[in-house]
Amino acid sequence: VSVTLSETRELVKTSLAHIVPADEVDTLSDDADLRRAFELDSLDYVEFVERLSQAAGVRIDEEDYPELRTITTLTAFLAGRR
Amino acid sequence: MPSLGADMESGTLLEWLVRPGDTVHRGDPVAVVDTDKAAIEVESFSDGVVGDLLVQPGTRVAVGTPMARIESGAAPAAAPARASAVPGSAVPVVASPPVRHHAAELGVDLTRVVGTGRNGRVRREDVDAVARAAASAASPRPEAGPVPAEPPATAVTATGAHRRRVTPYARRLAARLGVDLDALETGDGPVTAEVVRARAAATPTREPAPPPPPETETEIATTPAERHTEPATHGPGRAAIGALMSRSKREVPHYCVATTVDLAAVTAWLRRTNRERPVAERIVPTAAVLRATALALHRTPELNGFWVDGAFRPAAGVHLGVAVSVRDGALVAPAIHDAADRSLPEVMDALRDMVRRARNGRLTRAEMADPTFTVTDLGDQGVEEVIGVIYPPQVALLGVGRVVERPWAVDGLLGVRPVVRLTLSGDHRVTDGATGARFLNLVDELLQEPEEL
Repeated sequence: VSVTLSETRELVKTSLAHIVPADEVDTLSDDADLRRAFELDSLDYVEFVERLSQAAGVRIDEEDYPELRTITTLTAFLAGRR
Repeated sequence: MPSLGADMESGTLLEWLVRPGDTVHRGDPVAVVDTDKAAIEVESFSDGVVGDLLVQPGTRVAVGTPMARIESGAAPAAAPARASAVPGSAVPVVASPPVRHHAAELGVDLTRVVGTGRNGRVRREDVDAVARAAASAASPRPEAGPVPAEPPATAVTATGAHRRRVTPYARRLAARLGVDLDALETGDGPVTAEVVRARAAATPTREPAPPPPPETETEIATTPAERHTEPATHGPGRAAIGALMSRSKREVPHYCVATTVDLAAVTAWLRRTNRERPVAERIVPTAAVLRATALALHRTPELNGFWVDGAFRPAAGVHLGVAVSVRDGALVAPAIHDAADRSLPEVMDALRDMVRRARNGRLTRAEMADPTFTVTDLGDQGVEEVIGVIYPPQVALLGVGRVVERPWAVDGLLGVRPVVRLTLSGDHRVTDGATGARFLNLVDELLQEPEEL
């Protein structure tokens, strides 16, 4: 199943919205490191993963975290899981 | 300076909420005072007009010291001072980290930039406009002086036109919720958290941002930077921390001992058990370190308590203060109560809940009161070692660095292991390095058997 970059972008935005002001997701580059860009600490990150997992309807384990690094890598990850 | 607690001998003025010429009524908040335990708003004792402010922000004065003159007499029809307030004061500037860096490069003071983004967020173009205006005006940069002069022409802030009285909590909340304080209609009263919340609830949030200008592709979301009254651009939290840390460095003879702990057992165990847990209940390594610290403190009571009146008083329970940086740049260290009696998942729950509420400004008074020991974990900031400053009257503090992978010898063989640097700062009036060493070794031992945590 294909997943587009813009779908991923929307998912990231929805998931981040409860944690940080997330509007700038729209202007973020596809290859920017999400965690660094939004200054997420480990607790923020767990919350982000939780919301992302719910919004995308996929299970995300800790081993998967490296694949969530950017919009591009996350898109590939989601495409592989759906 | 009013007495805000039985044990309070002095307090530090963090900020004035009024200016000379303002009309105040009995009960209006006029200043914010740090008692070393919390920032508390001080109310006016009487009706009148604010005369001289006798104490400068950042100054510590004894209880009973006059702080300002309130002249009772005929109040002027309007409060003129509010209309001529210093531009940019007391209004949080919201700018993303790249925009902040950009402003710093151009030497633009963000407090004098009018944000044209949503909710007044400062965009790169806004910074550029101010920089251009400053360059075309042949006059020296306004930010050159200790007290801001007139702002550049295009940077005249609507926000400076009428200074709002805003409670510190409301200001943080507004920054957090993206509420524009200047758009709030509260008549003459101070802006309170209630008003901000009501506004946030009434405003549809998270609607799509306006189409971005092409050159801002790296612009990212913000850690709202709270900008404040002159002369510094720091929030009141900064002053509170400054006062407390100065006292610590002045009065507490620190010693530091450190050790590097192998976290392979903890990370492997967490990875295994987290797989069974819903995402919302996953445990981060920090929680395991906190739990081990609490257990070790339980067995090292001389590090868990307070230095009061020239003597050490051990505490009855282990209330673990956790230093949390709040997104406006302030730092709070609320306590996980009775951490030695809670299971690891319970400590994780408490930690998650507390950090979330700390950032929403919703900590309870009990949490802020009397942690018996503090842990400061800067691992998420990417540093490997934290040599911390003790929070008086506590007598010890644990600094936790980042979990990093390092070559590590185990049983004569070299392998790559996740390790963390733990540094104990202790008060030499109470304990010696040997106690600190014993404590760190205990933490290390406990972390080698995570299933027992």
